[in-house]
Amino acid sequence: MHTKRLLTTVAAVSAATLLIAACGGSSSSSDSSAAPGGAAYAGPVGTGEGQVNVLAWPGYAENGSTDPAVDWVTPFETKTGCKVNVKTFGTSDEAVKLMQGGGWDVVSASGDATLRLIYGDNVQPINTDLVPSYANIFDDLKMQKFNSVNGVAYGVPHGRGANLVMWNTDKVTTPVDSWAATWDANSPYKGSVTAYDSPIFIADAALWLMATKPELGITDPYALDQTQFDAAIELLTQQKALVGEYWSDYTKAIDGFKSGTTSIGTSWQVIQNLAAADGGKVMATKAKEGATGWSDTWMIAKDTKNINCSYLWLDWIASPEVNAQVAEWFGEAPSNAKACELTTDKAFCETFHAGDTAYWKDVYYWNTPTANCLDGRTDVKCVPYSDWVTAWSALRA
Amino acid sequence: MTMTRGTKTLLCVLAAIVGAFIYVPLAIILINSFSVDRVLSWPPSGLTLEWWGKAFQNEGVRSALLTSIGVALLATAVALVLGTLLALALGRFDFFGRQAISLLVVLPIALPGIVTGIALNNVFTSFLGGLTLLTLIIGHATFCIVVVFNNALARIRRMGGSVQEASADLGAGAWTTFRLVTFPLMKSALVAGAILSFGLSFDEIIVTTFTAGPGITTLPIWIYQNLFRPNQAPVVNVVAALLVIISVLPIYIAQRYSNTDERGAGLL
Amino acid sequence: MTTTTAPAGLSFRHPWLRIVGLLSAPLAWLVVVYLGSLAALFVTAFWTVDDFTGQLVRTFTLANFSEFFTNPAYLGTIARTLSIAICVTILCLILAMPVALFMARIASHRWRPLLVALVLTPLWASYLVKVYAWRAMLQPEHGVIAWLLQPFHWSGPGYGYVGIVVTLTYLWLPYMILPVYAGLARLPQSLLDASSDLGAGSGRTFRSVVVPLVWPSIVAGSVFTFSLSLGDYITAQIVGGKVTMLGNVVQTTYVNNLPFAAAVATIPVVIVLLYLAAVRRAGALDQL
Repeated sequence: MHTKRLLTTVAAVSAATLLIAACGGSSSSSDSSAAPGGAAYAGPVGTGEGQVNVLAWPGYAENGSTDPAVDWVTPFETKTGCKVNVKTFGTSDEAVKLMQGGGWDVVSASGDATLRLIYGDNVQPINTDLVPSYANIFDDLKMQKFNSVNGVAYGVPHGRGANLVMWNTDKVTTPVDSWAATWDANSPYKGSVTAYDSPIFIADAALWLMATKPELGITDPYALDQTQFDAAIELLTQQKALVGEYWSDYTKAIDGFKSGTTSIGTSWQVIQNLAAADGGKVMATKAKEGATGWSDTWMIAKDTKNINCSYLWLDWIASPEVNAQVAEWFGEAPSNAKACELTTDKAFCETFHAGDTAYWKDVYYWNTPTANCLDGRTDVKCVPYSDWVTAWSALRA
Repeated sequence: MTMTRGTKTLLCVLAAIVGAFIYVPLAIILINSFSVDRVLSWPPSGLTLEWWGKAFQNEGVRSALLTSIGVALLATAVALVLGTLLALALGRFDFFGRQAISLLVVLPIALPGIVTGIALNNVFTSFLGGLTLLTLIIGHATFCIVVVFNNALARIRRMGGSVQEASADLGAGAWTTFRLVTFPLMKSALVAGAILSFGLSFDEIIVTTFTAGPGITTLPIWIYQNLFRPNQAPVVNVVAALLVIISVLPIYIAQRYSNTDERGAGLL
Repeated sequence: MTTTTAPAGLSFRHPWLRIVGLLSAPLAWLVVVYLGSLAALFVTAFWTVDDFTGQLVRTFTLANFSEFFTNPAYLGTIARTLSIAICVTILCLILAMPVALFMARIASHRWRPLLVALVLTPLWASYLVKVYAWRAMLQPEHGVIAWLLQPFHWSGPGYGYVGIVVTLTYLWLPYMILPVYAGLARLPQSLLDASSDLGAGSGRTFRSVVVPLVWPSIVAGSVFTFSLSLGDYITAQIVGGKVTMLGNVVQTTYVNNLPFAAAVATIPVVIVLLYLAAVRRAGALDQL
C-alpha cells in the first residue's frame, strides 16, 4: 500500500519535471553582435581592492608552498596590497568550467580555452594601455587568433611551451627522441605509458598520424574531418592498452614518474624539473615528430569585482622580472622579450627558443576545434570540440 | 550459540585478522609520517621528526583545519535543529507520508555524493550566483541531518509517549514539555548525533569540492590538493595520523552516550 | 478545573498542527533545497549544450540518454561499476561477520564500547588519506604489498579493478560491521539455546537461526556499502589506474557537458532507489 503511494508520488514528480523540461524556453545564446564581454576597462588603474582570485595552471602563480624559495606572489601582495587567492586546475576544460561558475578574477587560459571564454561571455576585452609590460611582449604572440577578436585584445600573453615526451631513465635505458614508444602497439612499456587526460589529447594522436600516415592528409591536428578523427580515435583506443595511468593532475604525473609506475609518456617541463629535483631519474625532450603545445594568455573575468587588482596582476606577471621567474620555474619560453636578460640561466631563452619562430613551427598550440576547419578547408566539415569531448569520454569509460 | 571452543578460537582468529586488515594501512600512514623519503617507498629508508615539526608550522594546514572545524560546527548546528524536529515528528505521530519522509531523510547519504554535489552546484551557480561558505554549509548540513535524526529517533522511540503525556496532564504546554522533559532525556542521543555529524562533515570531500566557494579550503580539500605534491605529501601523512589519534576520544565519548548495547553506535 | 492551557490543548487536540509545526522547517530544507536541486539536475538531463560556447540549450531531447545507452563503452562502465559495488558488498559482509560475531557474542559487555570505538576510529582517518595509503600499499614496485610478496616474485594486483575493490572494501567495512553487530547483539540468547537444545551445531544454528534474524541488519549495512561504492570516483582516480567507474564519467563530463553528466548521474540514483525499495521490503530501513 505504502509502496503504491510512494510510486505514484515519484511518478507524479517525474512527470512534472519532464513537463518543465519539455516546455523549457528558447536556447540561451548570448548576443555576440557587439564585442563579446562588453567594453574594456577605461582605467586608470587605481589602488587595489585588497583581493584577487587567480585561476592558474600549476606553476604559474607560485606562493612559496611548493618550494619556499619560489614565490612571486608574496612580493606582489606586499607591493599592491592585493591578497592573492590561487586555485590551480589540471585541464583547460576545468578552467572554463570554473570561470563559468564565477568568483574568479583572472585566469591563465590556453588557446583551447580562450575562445570558449570569449564567446561564452566570461571574459572582458583588455585595455592594453593599462598594462605597461604589454609593450615588450613578443610580436608573434600578440593579437593572435586565440587571444583576440576583430582587433580587440582579450588578454596578455604569458608564455608558450611544448608537450614533451618524458621517461624514467631506470626503466627506459636508451634516450628517447620520438613518440614511437608511446603509440606503438608492441611497445616494450606496455602498461606503464602515461597520457594527458583531456579531450585535447586527441590532437596528439592526430600529430602522430601526421608523421606516420601522411595519406590521411592531416595538416593541422585541430582540424580533423570525420575520417581523420576516426583514425585518431582508433589510435587512442589502441594506445589505451599501453597506458597505466592517465593524468590531469601534474602532481600525480610527478608521483608516477618518480616511483616508476610510469615509464614514458606525455609530460610538461615543470614535471620533469620537480621530479628530478626530488631525486627522480627522469629526462624529457621535444620529440622529433613535433609536439602539441600551448600559448597561454592571462584574461580578466567579465564581472570581476577586483578590476584594479586584476590589471595589477596582469602587469606584474607579464613584467620582465616575474615573467623570467615563471618561465624558468615552469620550463617554458617567456612572453616578454626583456625577460631573457633576467633569467638566471643566461642561455635560457635560447634553450627554450623564446624568439625562435622556426622552432615553434612544429609545435601546435592548443586550439579549439570548430566545425569550420581551422586549416581553411571549405569542402569538408571538421569535428567540433564538443564531439572531441564526447569521444574522449567514451574512450575513457 | 553455545559455541564450541574450536568455533570460538576460529572466530577470534578471524576477527583478529580483519582487525589487522583495518589497522595496518593506518599504521603505514603513521610510519610514513616519520619516513625520510618524500615519495612513498617501502620500507622507509630512515626515520625523522622533520615532517611533524613542519606540519605544526604549516600555514595552509592550520587555516584549512580552522575552516573545516567552523564548517562542521555550523553544519552540525543546523543538522541538530532540523534532525530533532524531524525525529519528534516521525517518532511520535503516524501520518500519511511518514514513510516517504523517512526515505527522503536518508537520501542525501544514500545517493552518491557526486550526484548531490553537482545537483547543488548547479542550483547554486544558476540561482544563487556562485559558491560561497554558505553554500558549503548548506551542502554539509543536508547530509548531516540523517545522522542526528537516526540517533534522536531511536531515543524518542525508547522514551515512549507517557512522559510527555504526564507532563501535559500537569499543565505544561508543548514548548515547556520539550524544554523540561523531552530535551533532557534526549540530550545524550543528540550529543552522539552531533559528534557523528561533525565527523561526517569534517571528512567530507566530494560534496565539498562541488559546493565550496573560491578560496575556501577545508582540510580534505587541502589534503586532496597536496596528496601528491613532493613537499607537502609527508605533511599530509602527519595530519592524517594526528586525525586518527585525536579522534579516538570523541568517538569513545559518543559510544558511552549512545548506549550501544542495543543499537550499533547510532551511526546507522 | 481546566485540564490544559489553551494553546497546549490546541496542539494536543489537533496533532496535525504539531506535525506541521515540527516538519515545516526541515521539510522546507529537504524538499526545496535538496529535492529541488535533484529535480533541477534531472531536468537538465533532457537539455544539451551549445557546441561552441558551452551554454545550456534548453530544448527537450533524449539525446543524452540515447548516447549513453547505445555506446558499448558506457554500458561496460555500468556493468563494471555494478560488479564492483556487488563485490565490495559481499567482501565487506564476509569480513564483517567474524568481527561482529566476536564483538556481539564473545567479547564481554565491558569491552563493547571500546571495540565499537575501535571499529569506528578508522572512519575518522580522512577518506583521502586512507585511499592514498592503499595507493602506497598497492604500488607495483615499492608498495607494501609488493614488498611482502617479494619472495613469491609477484608485485601484487597493482592499480586497477582489484585495487579499487580492495580499497573500497577497506573504506566501507565499518559501515557493515556496525549494523551487523547491532543485529547480532539484539539476538536473544534464548533462541540460540533453544536451537542447540534441538540438536543443532554452531554451523547449523548460524545458518538457520542467526542469519535469517540478522538479515535486515545485513541488508541495512549493504545499503551503505553498495551505494557508496556505486557513486565513488576518487578511489578510481587514485588506485584505479586507467579503470573508470560511473562516478568518473559524471565527474569528467560535467565540466564540459552538464546535461550529459546529469543523464549519467540519474543512473546510480535510479539503481539506489530501486535498491532502497527492495530493502524496505526486507524491513531493513527500520534499522537505518
